[in-house]
Amino acid sequence: MLEWLLAPLQYAFMVRGMLAAVIVGIISAILGTYIVLRGMAFFGDALAHAVLPGVAVGYLVGDGASGPVFWWAMATALLSAFGISAVSRSARLKQDTAIGIIFAGMFALGVALISMVRNYTADLTHFLFGDVLGVSSQDLLLTVIFGVLILLVIIAFYKEFLVISFDPTLAATLRMPIRRLEYLLIGLIAMSIVVSLQTVGVTLMVAMLITPAATASLLTRRLSHMMLIAAALAVFSGVTGLYLSYYMNIASGAAIVLTCTLLFAIVWGITSLLRRRGKTEDHARL
Amino acid sequence: MNLSPQIMPISTPQQRHPEHLPGTSILSVQGLSVGYESGLALDDISFELITGERMAVVGPNGAGKSTLFKVVAGLLKPDKGKVSVFGEEPGGHMCISYLPQHNHVDWNFPVTVSEVVMMGRARRIGMLRWPGGKDREIVEKAIETVELTRFAKRQISQLSGGQQQRMFIARALAQEADLMLMDEPVTGLDTPSQEELFAVLDALRAQQVTVMIALHDLKLASTSFDRVMLLNRRMVGIGEPAKVFTRENLALAYGDRLRFEVAGTEIPFMDDNCCGGEEDHHA
Repeated sequence: MLEWLLAPLQYAFMVRGMLAAVIVGIISAILGTYIVLRGMAFFGDALAHAVLPGVAVGYLVGDGASGPVFWWAMATALLSAFGISAVSRSARLKQDTAIGIIFAGMFALGVALISMVRNYTADLTHFLFGDVLGVSSQDLLLTVIFGVLILLVIIAFYKEFLVISFDPTLAATLRMPIRRLEYLLIGLIAMSIVVSLQTVGVTLMVAMLITPAATASLLTRRLSHMMLIAAALAVFSGVTGLYLSYYMNIASGAAIVLTCTLLFAIVWGITSLLRRRGKTEDHARL
Repeated sequence: MNLSPQIMPISTPQQRHPEHLPGTSILSVQGLSVGYESGLALDDISFELITGERMAVVGPNGAGKSTLFKVVAGLLKPDKGKVSVFGEEPGGHMCISYLPQHNHVDWNFPVTVSEVVMMGRARRIGMLRWPGGKDREIVEKAIETVELTRFAKRQISQLSGGQQQRMFIARALAQEADLMLMDEPVTGLDTPSQEELFAVLDALRAQQVTVMIALHDLKLASTSFDRVMLLNRRMVGIGEPAKVFTRENLALAYGDRLRFEVAGTEIPFMDDNCCGGEEDHHA
């Protein structure tokens, strides 16, 4: 068993992949609790897809190097995030409509750019579905730096994010800078998406953001506990997914997401069974 | 119920503005008008609130009660007129707490009662800081004042309607609010819960907290408040309940809806024998 567990770790790329998956899991799960609680799942999904043109341009500009891809993706993610917020605020459109328009437009632009340069298509599928085993030391360093930065900001603004998420009216009466705090939170989500890009890719990103957090929400009724449980579930899924990928030759991003989903299904099944039993017991007592 | 005035360290006198002293006007509204696309929600409203008093705001649906509260809380800009709280523009002040109508929050949100009460201190704690021992002490005392100590660690959906309202009062106390605006806090509460709520409000009165409450229940307004305001976009009347709730004023405020909206509420004056001038008439 130990041998079975250690075997993949003799490869440096597997170790880097594991580390990346762990960091990405923690960050996206913690930010994901805000996304789940604020009902922003569609926004998260859209934002991940909207990053694609940035990835494509970065890839073309840097001739395949991962540095330019990261920074172009970061700029695109932040621009799209604030763009979506601005459009849904100013235009007389419902927010999900505004999100849908920008998300589809940006994704189409990304696909168009990719299709113009046929050769790159194969490599770019990595960004669509992730390539955690292709994480270089430099990528890992960027992931660590941004991961720590995101965590520090969340810790620093924990109570502000809590108030604007739970009761915006209180935040307004207290004269908290709601707009700026919301932009900060959205900016963090954008950053976490870019950091997670290599692990699960743009199309599966939303699962990393919402599935562990949603699973955790079934298990606890405290925000801080929800964040910790979500992070633990995401880390477990990341590591398990990579072992699955190694031994069963499944695409790594898909393996991670499938593990997350399976955990959700198990927890959902057990908790709804328990709840139903609780209800029938209440009936019996009556 | 602990009624001692020192239970909440509202704020020490030297921290207060001179306007916060008892007996002075805490809120002054002059010629206030607010319009929506559908027309005027409030038309030329003027009144003052005296520090420590308890005022009920009554009127039919759409009378502009919620609009008035939002303007005073600084959440809505008036089109005309002047609102000053402690002599300042609204919104510049943390000393106001505002409770919108029930269900303005997600009750399944993963927070406990004491976490919600702690939110009231968010501004006082300040950005980039975490609550300290003093904040926890204030929160604990606020929860004690509203008698929710037993429920402090519960998730908020496990509270009854009355307990939820008291939790928000505790949050206002933790905020160290001097003026509390509550929009229909008793709607949907049973009589014991209402009584518990008013016991807490009585405790606030001892601490010179000024309270303005929107109500539907005219009987409650006339029995449990120092003054009442009868509103129907325009100010119909303001003052002692007996002087405001006259047949003429109520007809002015409720019009054709008088029977429909007021009949079920058992208002004492419907017998024409309890209210000020009309008693003489009957005698």
